[in-house]
Amino acid sequence: MDLHRDDLASKTGMWLFLLTEMLLFGGLFVVYSTYRYMNSEAFHLAAHELNTFIGTFNTIILLTSSCTIAMSLTALRKNNRQFALLLLGITVILGLVFLLNKYFEWGHHIRAGIYPGSQVLALRGHGDVLFFGLYYFMTGLHALHIIVGLIFIGFVIVFIVRNKVNADDYVLHENSGLYWHLVDLIWIFLFPLFYLIT
Amino acid sequence: MDNEKDHIIPYSKFLQVLAILILLTLTSVAATKIYLGALTVFIALIIATIKSTFVTRIFMHLKFESRMFNLMVAGVALLIALVIIVTLSDYLFR
Repeated sequence: MDLHRDDLASKTGMWLFLLTEMLLFGGLFVVYSTYRYMNSEAFHLAAHELNTFIGTFNTIILLTSSCTIAMSLTALRKNNRQFALLLLGITVILGLVFLLNKYFEWGHHIRAGIYPGSQVLALRGHGDVLFFGLYYFMTGLHALHIIVGLIFIGFVIVFIVRNKVNADDYVLHENSGLYWHLVDLIWIFLFPLFYLIT
Repeated sequence: MDNEKDHIIPYSKFLQVLAILILLTLTSVAATKIYLGALTVFIALIIATIKSTFVTRIFMHLKFESRMFNLMVAGVALLIALVIIVTLSDYLFR
């Protein structure tokens, strides 16, 4: 007996959810652009404290992970399960490396006394408080999305192993990929706005 | 339609797009080393927009989806851009 299945509806639902995610970050970008306009000097100086090398490295890691999960779907649809699983595994590892870099980055700032509500930051003035407040909130929310994405991909890996997701029924894989690409998409805008201010 | 629905993007296509995306990232980093004043942020945003177009069209498969998906995503992107422009112009001409 065939169970009713509607892959297009499933994908449409995922896209609608992703649109709300875009609006969520879009709102934050509005806040960012307004505060940056009002405190451009402080934003420029504060941005110099972020490490452009780590930022660039993390961007490349995330772009690569997006590529591997996209390739994984191709592998699955070509019925090459082992390769699909390998590529998903690489995606998860790249996601974890991204988070590890973020941990070192945040740790570096927090040890220097720069974190929301800190005395050091309060003494440096309003613009710096806003810049680092937005930095922690936006990259933090983004990192949260990475964690959710990794859990999502983890489920897909289990389902592929159990053959619940396969070359005929791959919409769950496709949706996890869409979510992961959205995380990549947001980082594409976060990176120049926080790391590449001159 | 069925043909489009069953479209499987080859590995090589993804690798090409990845190469372009990394190249654009490095271009964006290099561009900030040159002093261009207010233009810097626009160049960075234009490069980011080009990158996001590649990600949505190829990685997210939008190029091969129906027009409805494309219109939805373009609509939301336009909405965000408009809200930012309207808000900033309000501050600029206040």
